[in-house]
This record gives sequence, C-alpha cells and structure tokens, in this order.
Amino acid sequence: MKFSYYPGCTLRNKAKDLDAYARASAKALGFELEELEDWQCCGGVYPLGTDEIATKLSSVRAMAQARDKGQDLVTLCSACHHVLKRVNDDMQNVEDIRTRANNYMKLSTPYEGETKVLHFLEVIRDTIGFDELKKKVVNPLTGKKIGAYYGCLLLRPGKIMAFDDPENPKMLEDFIRALGATPVVYPYRNECCGGYISLKEPDMAKSMTDKIQESAEGFGAEMLITACPLCRYNLNKTENGLPVYYFTELLAEALGVKEEALK
Amino acid sequence: MSHGTNKAQQIKEISGVNPLKCMKCGKCSATCPAFNEMDIKPHQFVSYVANGDIEALAESKSLWKCLSCFACVERCPRDVQPGRIIDAARQIVVRQRGGNYLTADEIPALLDEELPQQLLVSAYRRYKR
Repeated sequence: MKFSYYPGCTLRNKAKDLDAYARASAKALGFELEELEDWQCCGGVYPLGTDEIATKLSSVRAMAQARDKGQDLVTLCSACHHVLKRVNDDMQNVEDIRTRANNYMKLSTPYEGETKVLHFLEVIRDTIGFDELKKKVVNPLTGKKIGAYYGCLLLRPGKIMAFDDPENPKMLEDFIRALGATPVVYPYRNECCGGYISLKEPDMAKSMTDKIQESAEGFGAEMLITACPLCRYNLNKTENGLPVYYFTELLAEALGVKEEALK
Repeated sequence: MSHGTNKAQQIKEISGVNPLKCMKCGKCSATCPAFNEMDIKPHQFVSYVANGDIEALAESKSLWKCLSCFACVERCPRDVQPGRIIDAARQIVVRQRGGNYLTADEIPALLDEELPQQLLVSAYRRYKR
C-alpha cells in the first residue's frame, strides 16, 4: 500500500524524528510513504482571506501531484494537515478560489479537490485499524499514563477537518490504548498552546501551556503526546512540565522499530 | 461612501463574513483563549464591522493577540466566523505600506536552538505582507 507523502518544512529540520519514526512505523504496519517531488512549504497557517490565492498554491501543487499519481496524500504535522485540508476544501467548494487558482496554475488537468488528504493517524484508524495496530505491537507500553494533546489544528473547524469530534475527540486515546498504555483524559487537551504568538510574546504562550501542563499532570498523566512541532516547542517552555513526545516516537517504540528509525 | 464604510466593505469581502448574522450571544468571546489580552473582544469585532467603525479596529492590539485557534469559529451557533473578521482586519493593516507587525530584522533576536521553522513561517504569514 502506497501513499503520497507531504512532510513539510519542520520535518526536514527541527522535527526530523517525527518523520523518521513515522516512516519506520509505516513500514512495520505495511504501508509506504512516498514523498512528493519538489514539495513546497504550506506556509504554516491557512490563509483565511478569500482573496488570497498565491499563498494557497503550494498546497494545490502538492495535492495535484498526488492526484496525478492516483494516490491519497498523507501528512504528519498538524499545521500542514490543517492547511492542505482547508485549501482542498476551497478547491472543492469555493468556485472563485478554484477558478483563480487554476487560472494561475495552468495545469493540463485543472485541480478540483480530487485528492483525499489524510493525516497519518487517520490512515492508522481507517486503513490499518486500531485492532490490527494492537496485534503488531511487540513492546506494549504497559503502565504508561499518557495524555493526548490534540491542540487546535487537527480538530477545528470540525466541519472541514472531519478528523474527530472537535469537542470530545478520542482518536489519540484509542491510539494510546492500542499501544498498550493508559490514556489520561484531561480538560485542556484541545485548548490552544499559543501557536505563533510564542515568537513575539513568549510569556503569553507560556501562560497557556502552563495551564495545559497543569491540567494534564493534575489528571495523572506522566507524559504528553502531540503531532505538532510547534505545540511541542511551546509545551516544552513550561518549567518542570511533563515530557512531550511525538506520537510517532511512541508508535515506533511499541512496534520495535525505534532504533532502526534513526539510522 | 465614507472611508470607514469602504474599509468595512473590504473586510466583509476579504473575510467572506456577513456580520449581520451575529445574534450577540457572546460565545466567541467566552471561548477565546486570548480574551484577557484583547482590548476589543471577538464579539465586539463583529459589531464594529457591522457599524463601519474600522479605525478603532485597525489600531486594536487584538489583531496581534488572535491565535487562529478557531475556537470562535467552531462554537459560533450562527457560523459568523469572528476569527475570519479579525484576520481580514489584520490583512487591511499589513497590506498598507509600513503596516507589518513583524520584520525580518527582528528575527535573529527571537530565535532559539529549538525553535521550529513552522513558527517562523506561521508568524510571517499572519503578521507580515
């Protein structure tokens, strides 16, 4: 089973491990991530302006390439996933954006949102299945109490992201259970980490991650997992906070491919 | 057409939002994680645009406090999407000469060893033209 794969800028730099653990885990689970050629940065945030076309084109190019290869497109970083999925929704449903983007692109076949954009976790849930994942676990993470940190971008807006129930998600808890660990549900798991505010106003971001960390710890979590490099960066700014891991690191560990992933 | 009305029209076009749909329930402000930091609150933003009072919005520090977390967008019972209005007001400001909230010169002093690329590109997109 082969998917087109869009890693995004941070997975080529500060979050190389998020990518490496995912590739090794995919192999262990029986699917392959085929990286798109010449992909470009998604821009990190979805351009909200209805008149912004140029800033949406890197997403369109990636999705058109996957379409031409006849593959679904897999993402890992929450921000890339958010941007690609929302631009795809525009290309499907907003005629003005679709027309102007295609007028600019001049593709041999206009792109109209045909590609299915999937987060890596959706592939595990919907294609592999959590029961099957559980069977492939060789090092169950028994006894670990793990708080899932969803943040904003995977979940909202729920109508477009269609990832999980935006107010009461369970995807990552099911994932944690499949790895043999114990999920800890805490109230701040889908609250914002501060996002890009941490560049110019680190104190404001820290006041937000302090609350998330305190909430998770208060409910008994020993560690947090996330899919987003920026969430992880912000959550790590809380002093004496819980350690924060990429979900793919725990996945690779449970599947017994952690060592070879980083070779 | 006065200057303010013209700008209000621009905000409506860029955001694609119709502020008259708002029923002033205040849920957007109640759910906003940046509420305490904002001088003009999310539900007020909607009224300012409906009333064409754009100068105050352009000077509001709220433009730079919105986190694009989409809590207001998710929870609005009328699908007004206040976050889109705030972004459109931000666009009106940064599209003017000298309107950038972040410049390249500032970046080196803000970097640290762990800072992900994602943070820089995101801040550029929101704060700069």
